[in-house]
Amino acid sequence: MISVNVDKCLHCGGCVGSCPKNAIFLNDFVLEFNEDCIDCGRCVKLCPVGALTKV
Amino acid sequence: MKTYTCDAVVVGAGPAGSMAAKFCAKGGMDVILLEKKAEIGAPLRCAEGVSKSWLDEVGIKPEPAWIRGDMKGAIIKSTKGTTYQLDESKAGNEVGYVLERHLFDKALARDAAKAGAKIMMRTSCTGVIIEDGKLVGIKAKSMGEEIEIRAKVVVAADGYESQVARWAGMDTTLKLNDIDSCIQYRMCNLDVAPDYCEFIIGSCAPGGYIWIFPKGEGIANVGIGVMGTKCTGKADAKYYLDKWIAEDPRFKDAQILEIMGGFVSTLPGLDETTADNLVLVGDAARVIDPITGGGICHACRTGMYAGELLAELNKTGDFSKKALQPYEKRWRDRMEDKLFRNWMAKEKLATLDDDTIDEIIKLIKTSEITNVTVYNLLKAIKEKYPKVVEGFEDLI
Repeated sequence: MISVNVDKCLHCGGCVGSCPKNAIFLNDFVLEFNEDCIDCGRCVKLCPVGALTKV
Repeated sequence: MKTYTCDAVVVGAGPAGSMAAKFCAKGGMDVILLEKKAEIGAPLRCAEGVSKSWLDEVGIKPEPAWIRGDMKGAIIKSTKGTTYQLDESKAGNEVGYVLERHLFDKALARDAAKAGAKIMMRTSCTGVIIEDGKLVGIKAKSMGEEIEIRAKVVVAADGYESQVARWAGMDTTLKLNDIDSCIQYRMCNLDVAPDYCEFIIGSCAPGGYIWIFPKGEGIANVGIGVMGTKCTGKADAKYYLDKWIAEDPRFKDAQILEIMGGFVSTLPGLDETTADNLVLVGDAARVIDPITGGGICHACRTGMYAGELLAELNKTGDFSKKALQPYEKRWRDRMEDKLFRNWMAKEKLATLDDDTIDEIIKLIKTSEITNVTVYNLLKAIKEKYPKVVEGFEDLI
């Protein structure tokens, strides 16, 4: 599972467009992952502020 | 559920979407343009630097309201500090404006509306409607209400996220090598040249560069893009930018007014940007310059090309992939060679160490280039360092 540090996230949507499964959604200031997430960690690696972690 | 019906629905009111909507509407189509945010053009996800030459090509008249600064030139600097100043006389049309994107984007949306497009704000596309295997519209949430918009054709202008195409079954997934993670600060109290855009390349920004684009009165957009595969561990763009700022004396008194993130694709466009009843434009089609990360001109061109063709096709109502091929051909004829060349150059640049980058900048300084374009720079490099352009020398 991917956890979002909401205090760090800049809502840039970069993870959304980089997700190979199209499993991330940015609704205003809320980042959501759906059940298609395969825990690949790509978004964790790419987040420019390190707001995502694998848990 | 409330259902709207139109000829074309355009998802995203950035430059690509507004241009597409404008040209569809101009051609007599009934167009709905969606914007998921509460404001067009904000919050910013852009460094705001553009060249000038393409504006005329897509019929955009420069307006003082959205031009923050008219640049005199550019400064290219290596991580080690070798600097090359490029002046207007040599830079030709590659030098340009620093924009106010929040006003620029609104001006383009206004033009779309003037042409007859209907704009729906705070309306977020949540999926597509497929019936009998055919794309017939999109699902959206508009001010919290679930709606459907049925259309003969869908224009995916949803930016880097590029979700609409994927919902419709296309693959817009990027390779890790073709992604740059970016962060930008709007800073004040800066001691930088007021009318030069600065680019710093090398190990300070692995696989990307640091930019300083002046906004007047000691304010500038200071940002960085880094390639994930060139960073050990996370692509921590913020770490690299903070490190540079801490070591560059011009930032001694600087303060941050705004922080923004954003990603760019760095490949020469998708292999396919059309499907039955679907057209991809702008960042959603991944048509960003792989070297500069600039996408506004490509967004406007693809938006215009798509809009013009759709208006033509509306006469017969055939929006099949086959009918959409002239769009595919037009943007590729206009842009693909350059995108491909710059993609190859980016791949090579990302492998060079600081000493080689330093050498290259020194070479450019001493060479007699009278009109500095990426093309001419690569030509000069080709003569002295053929290895750097290996694999795409034919395009130079």
